[in-house]
Amino acid sequence: MAHFEKKSAKTSQDVPTSAMPDVVFMLLIFFMVTTVLREVNLQVQINFAQAENIEKIEQKRLISYIYIGPEKQQGNQTGPTRVQIDDALIEDIGAIRNLMYDKYKEQPKLIVSLRVNDESEFGVVTDVQEELREAGTLRINYSTKQEVNN
Amino acid sequence: MFNKNRQREDPEVGGAGMADIAFLLLIFFLLVTTIDVDTGIGLQLPPAPEENQDPPPIKERNLLNILVNVQGLVMIDDEPTPISEVKQTIKDFVTNRGQDPNLSDSPDKAIVSIKTQRQTPYKTYINMLDEVMGAYAELRNQASQSEFGVPYSQLEDEGERQQQVQDIYPKKISIAEPDEG
Repeated sequence: MAHFEKKSAKTSQDVPTSAMPDVVFMLLIFFMVTTVLREVNLQVQINFAQAENIEKIEQKRLISYIYIGPEKQQGNQTGPTRVQIDDALIEDIGAIRNLMYDKYKEQPKLIVSLRVNDESEFGVVTDVQEELREAGTLRINYSTKQEVNN
Repeated sequence: MFNKNRQREDPEVGGAGMADIAFLLLIFFLLVTTIDVDTGIGLQLPPAPEENQDPPPIKERNLLNILVNVQGLVMIDDEPTPISEVKQTIKDFVTNRGQDPNLSDSPDKAIVSIKTQRQTPYKTYINMLDEVMGAYAELRNQASQSEFGVPYSQLEDEGERQQQVQDIYPKKISIAEPDEG
């Protein structure tokens, strides 16, 4: 017993900290790469629809979002269904084709993610899709959440 | 004498503060990062129609018309169908291989045409599209199992084998222009 005590008393109690900056830098670089800084201010209300057969979009940098839902108003009121791209509500549906065409020129692999409120009518989505066809951004994605099976 | 003194000075930059700076940056990026993966149902839109161009002729039997109407009912070839049966109907239609004269000639000719009306609820449309995607996912999975002995999800993304399975069951979904009203 005494033999063991003697041995442990000899070892140093310090944890080596010289490699810590390297570890921290590695974590830092990981988070810097995964971070997408831009966040939009949602002006429409969106409850996601749910589906089972969904796919993941790994390349977040290719995605451009279009939000469709009832406009948020004061209090908890909601107004008529509107379309929002980036930070602005779209007044004229026909303007979407130019907007999206500009984005398409910048990023030809663009994926348009349609975030539509599940209570909305499909007519507005159809209009937007027609505009997307004109703009040439043909890859779309209906944003849905994974359905939870009971 | 002054010169001599200078040479003895330690030329190193103090590295002790580096960890603190790195920690500060790390905490900042930790706070602003949101690790949520975007999920959804992917679809390829048809290119914009050119003027005065007739749609290519398609045999009636190779076309499965799905209509989601105002009440949120799904009609397949004018027959009202519960959403739970959509998947089986599509699988029967795609894998017919010329047996039933009303269904498709071969999987690569089968086209699923989806039509909506303006007041169609979005939720019903997504549920129906989910079933269509589910039908194709199951078919591709079967093909992958029988060809390579592994599930479709384990095939390498955009690899040769995935392409082969996709060629067996190409996902031909056509979005028809909606009716007014």
